[in-house]
Amino acid sequence: MIRSTALDAGGAQVLLSNDLGDYAILSADEFEAYKLAPDTMSLDRRRDLEARSLLAEDSERQWSQLEKAAFNTRKAFLLEGPSLHIFVVTLRCDHSCQYCQVSRASIHSGKHDMSYEDATLAIERVFESPSQTLTIEFQGGEPSIRFDLVRYIVERAKQRNETEGRKLSFAMVSTLHHLSDEDLIFCRDHEIRISTSIDGPPELHNMNRPNPGRDAWERTVSAVENTRKILGPEGVSALPTITRAALRNPEGLINQYRDLGFPTIFLRPISPYGFATKTRKAIGYDMADYLRFYDQALNYILDLNAAGEPFEETYTAILLRHILTPFHSGYLDLRSPAGAGLGVLVYNYDGRVFPADEARMAAETGDDRFAMGKVSDPFDVLMSSEAMRWLATGAVSEHLPGCRNCAFVPYCGSDPVYHATIHGDPAANRSGTEFCQKHTHIFQSLFRRIATADAETMRTFVSWAMQKPRESVPYCGWIDQ
Amino acid sequence: MNRAIGLHTHAVVHGVDGISILKVLTAAEAMKGQYSLESSLIWESWVPGAAGSINFDNGAGISINRIRDEGAIKPGDVIRLRQNSSLVSVLYRRGSKANTLFATEQCNSDCVMCSQPPRNEDDSWRVRELERTIELVDRDEVQLGVSGGEPTLLGDRLGHLIDHSGRHIPETVLHILSNGRALGNPALATQVAGRRLQHVVWAVPLYADVADLHDEVVRAPGGFKETLDGLYQLGRLGARVELRVVLHRMTVGRLPKLASFIYRRLPFVEHVALMGLEPMGFAKRNRDQIWIDPADYMSKLKETVFHLHNRGITTSIYNLPLCVLPTQLWPFAEQSISDWKNVYAADCEGCLVMGKCAGFFVSAGPAWRSRAVRPIVNEEHAA
Repeated sequence: MIRSTALDAGGAQVLLSNDLGDYAILSADEFEAYKLAPDTMSLDRRRDLEARSLLAEDSERQWSQLEKAAFNTRKAFLLEGPSLHIFVVTLRCDHSCQYCQVSRASIHSGKHDMSYEDATLAIERVFESPSQTLTIEFQGGEPSIRFDLVRYIVERAKQRNETEGRKLSFAMVSTLHHLSDEDLIFCRDHEIRISTSIDGPPELHNMNRPNPGRDAWERTVSAVENTRKILGPEGVSALPTITRAALRNPEGLINQYRDLGFPTIFLRPISPYGFATKTRKAIGYDMADYLRFYDQALNYILDLNAAGEPFEETYTAILLRHILTPFHSGYLDLRSPAGAGLGVLVYNYDGRVFPADEARMAAETGDDRFAMGKVSDPFDVLMSSEAMRWLATGAVSEHLPGCRNCAFVPYCGSDPVYHATIHGDPAANRSGTEFCQKHTHIFQSLFRRIATADAETMRTFVSWAMQKPRESVPYCGWIDQ
Repeated sequence: MNRAIGLHTHAVVHGVDGISILKVLTAAEAMKGQYSLESSLIWESWVPGAAGSINFDNGAGISINRIRDEGAIKPGDVIRLRQNSSLVSVLYRRGSKANTLFATEQCNSDCVMCSQPPRNEDDSWRVRELERTIELVDRDEVQLGVSGGEPTLLGDRLGHLIDHSGRHIPETVLHILSNGRALGNPALATQVAGRRLQHVVWAVPLYADVADLHDEVVRAPGGFKETLDGLYQLGRLGARVELRVVLHRMTVGRLPKLASFIYRRLPFVEHVALMGLEPMGFAKRNRDQIWIDPADYMSKLKETVFHLHNRGITTSIYNLPLCVLPTQLWPFAEQSISDWKNVYAADCEGCLVMGKCAGFFVSAGPAWRSRAVRPIVNEEHAA
């Protein structure tokens, strides 16, 4: 199917795209001609559209073998099976972050840790997935306060993998505060990738992330240093949660990351899950406010790059991979069919299995529809659960109201968990939702930049999309218009 | 100025019955016994201009002497001799990177710039000769070209030739120039290209991202679709694929868009070669249609090269001298012109980068050279 979407309010530029992700950016005049009488377009432009399978008659004909292969390549994640397996080894945490009320429990709680028995069963589920690539990610709460479980799971999974021969890797999301040198050496030896939260400069970080000593920033920064000492300079990455207070100063946030020696930042609006409405009023904001912040941040980052300092905004890099390459990035939240359950499984501390991290947060508020079952249920039973059937109704963007006519759909995702949580229905009409608002805005802005084709911006875009160091892209080369 | 060393010379030839394909060896190498004596010709280096065989089996030794072009034949080469003929043809030259097995003169395309115009007569005798040549190629040869004409017109005999090389020169990669059109047939593709996957590179010409332009160049309606079908089959089989684009007036216009097409539809391609014209055959006849001064397509070439290179597709520029290319493109330029037809121009005198430069085809007279040709004398550029 060929879709069109304006890149600005006036429709001065229109994006044309097909299901394979080929695109063309047409001027208003070209788009008029395209709709009324494609024969009146210039021969060169017509050939552009023909080469990108964007001529109207292409909607009618059967795909060639190469076109089918291109579609299969873009959707290759679908046949892989769940590759990300999140273990919530404990919900306990000594931080009391405002935006994380339901996905943490008191550090003293006696009933929020995963049992060894459930951990053992969960490892069985991991290896029932057909995926050749398996990542086990430890989350919480704060997983490092149950590092004994982390060790057990890593060692047992590795042992299990001796006969399975999958490509097995590990990751952990942690405040870093409780990781001893011995723990870090274990992480180094088993190549556990670590990511942590840094919300900005000290005042902002400490305000967002209160810990018992009220010294979260200081402890995090010194732990980052120690982690790098043991795991190497690339051993830990960081990402911020953007609260209302952060919106005022995108440059300050980015500079904080540069000062700490992080070459990337993943800008991510505050998650609507897991905190009360009154909290939302204190730290939340409208999507329009976030997008102003994002634009300002991206401009600043692109300026840094143009001035010769490579620095990546990771979310933009993911979207650009979808736009500028025939491959999917692998990113779970931007898939169609959705990544929930099909790409990721979450093993909760209480032995329940969820199709996404957000789904288990929704379940914490009492909504049981998101639970696939228990870790004792075989993989096939989990995958054919009521929860999966329900979420599947909103899993394929190409057919969803609000998405099916949008030219950004080949690069976007369906995120049924978000829409089920916020709008009560996985198949909710997407047009106008904050999810849609965010992605429409970012895609419009990226495609407008592609149309402008500033040489330095394109160099940055290509290096991000291809995940190459900027200095190895001395010249951007041709970019489709 | 160097001189191209031809693949044919003349000599006084004795003792040949019919056609003989022989490995030229020094006495020391012949003693190793890798090749049978009746297929060897012992090089007697102490006799200028002579080489002879010592055939202990039948005593009817073949000999050649008074070789007209002494540099043309050296130990390690494979040569063809004919009864009652003074012609000596080099079928394989040790140490050359350009050894090519000529599979057939027949072709199903009729490219406007073809340097080796096809002849549609039965030349199936060549296959036996190629098999014989393969048996005599150095075991440590890295690469052997297979060209034509269109080699896939041999059908499964090409498959047998691939197997034959697997038996005699198992380490050697065959580099087969093919328009791929016949390989659109899944059964034939599996039969011919589904073997020795790591040891065969299919080098397929693709001239445009749209059918009408490509078909105009190959002068074969439907050729674009058939070539793409063939490329799909090669991709499906997991074969190694190189694409070749000859740069001329009909192909440079959409070159960057062809690069985008390659990445979007044929991302399994491992190498793209962008090739300057060889002024031979039809290229000479159709000069008005195809000639463009390379200086006039450099910006398009640069867009194309970096599009592919940034996306991880190995990209090479063939047959263009360095002085014509912007320095950013120099790392992509290869010394691609086969030694036996490679020369430098009088203008090259004093150039500091001649040793790294592709130079010119011996057939490229002044009318086929870019206005940008000049000696590079700036030390910075030579660094």
